[in-house]
Amino acid sequence: MSAFGAIPSEGGKFSIDMHVTLTHYLVVSALLFSFGLFAVVTRRNAILLLMGIELILNSANINFVAFSRYGGMKLDGQAIAVFVIVLAAAEAAIALAIVLNIYQRFNTVNVDEVSDLRE
Amino acid sequence: MTLYDAAFYFFALITVVSAGTVAMSRNIIYSAFSLLFTFFGVAGIYVLLNADFLAITQLLIYVGGILVLLLFGVMLTNKVIDVELKTGVMQSWPGAIVCGMVGGLLIVLFRITDWNIVQADPVLTATTFSLGEMFMTSYLLPFEVASVILLVALVGAALIARKDKSVQNQKGF
Repeated sequence: MSAFGAIPSEGGKFSIDMHVTLTHYLVVSALLFSFGLFAVVTRRNAILLLMGIELILNSANINFVAFSRYGGMKLDGQAIAVFVIVLAAAEAAIALAIVLNIYQRFNTVNVDEVSDLRE
Repeated sequence: MTLYDAAFYFFALITVVSAGTVAMSRNIIYSAFSLLFTFFGVAGIYVLLNADFLAITQLLIYVGGILVLLLFGVMLTNKVIDVELKTGVMQSWPGAIVCGMVGGLLIVLFRITDWNIVQADPVLTATTFSLGEMFMTSYLLPFEVASVILLVALVGAALIARKDKSVQNQKGF
C-alpha cells in the first residue's frame, strides 16, 4: 500500500506530489464527480440537473481514459469513453425533450414542483 | 516540474474550478457557460492522456452539441423577459456534506490503492486509426447498437418534444 507521495518513479527515486501520475487524474475525476453529484442533489432546475449528470459522465470518462493510458489497457478505455459520449448525446437529447414537455404542461421545470403523474 | 505537469495542473484547475461554478452558481447562464470551460478542460486532459481523437470528439459533441442543447433548454424553459435566470437550491447543506464525504472517500481510496501501473511513459501515437480498427472489429456489435440507439433517440426526442394536439384533447384521460 503506497502512500500518495511515495510512488516510485521509473528511475527508482521517490517523486513527491508534483510529478503527474495516475492518481492525479483520478483525483480530478473524483472532484468532478462530487461537484456533479452536488448539482444533481441540490438543484431544483431540471436543466441544471442535466448539467450535473454531464459532469458525472465526464468524470467517468476521465477515469476510463486515465486507466487506458496507465493501466495497460491499450485503447479499450478510450473506445468505451467514445461510447459514453455517444450515450451522453442521446441522453441529453431525450432529457431535453422531456424537460420541454414538462415545461409545456406544468409551466415550470423545477423538479420538486413536478410531482404529479397527471395534470 | 515539467511542461507536461504544468499543462496538467492548468487543465485540472480549469476543469475543477469551472465544475465548481456549474454546481454552485445561482445563475443558470453562468452555470451553462462554466460547463463550456469544464468541457474544454476535460478535452485538454484527454490530450495529455494521449487520447487525441477523444479530445476532438469531446469538443465536437459536448461543446458543439450537448452544450448548445442545454442552452436551448435554458432559453426555452425560462421567460425571456426575466433578466435574472436564477435557480433555487434545496437542502444545500446536507447535500454539500454528503457530496463532500463521497468526494473525500473517493480521493482517499484513489490515493491509498496500489494501482498496477503498466505503462508509465508510453510512446505518444495517433489513436484514430487504431480506434477505427477496433470499432470495426472487436467493438463492432456495440458500435452498431450505438448507431441504433442514436437513431431511436433522435426519433424519440422529436416525437416527445413536439406539441401534439391529440394529447391536449385527452387531458381528462
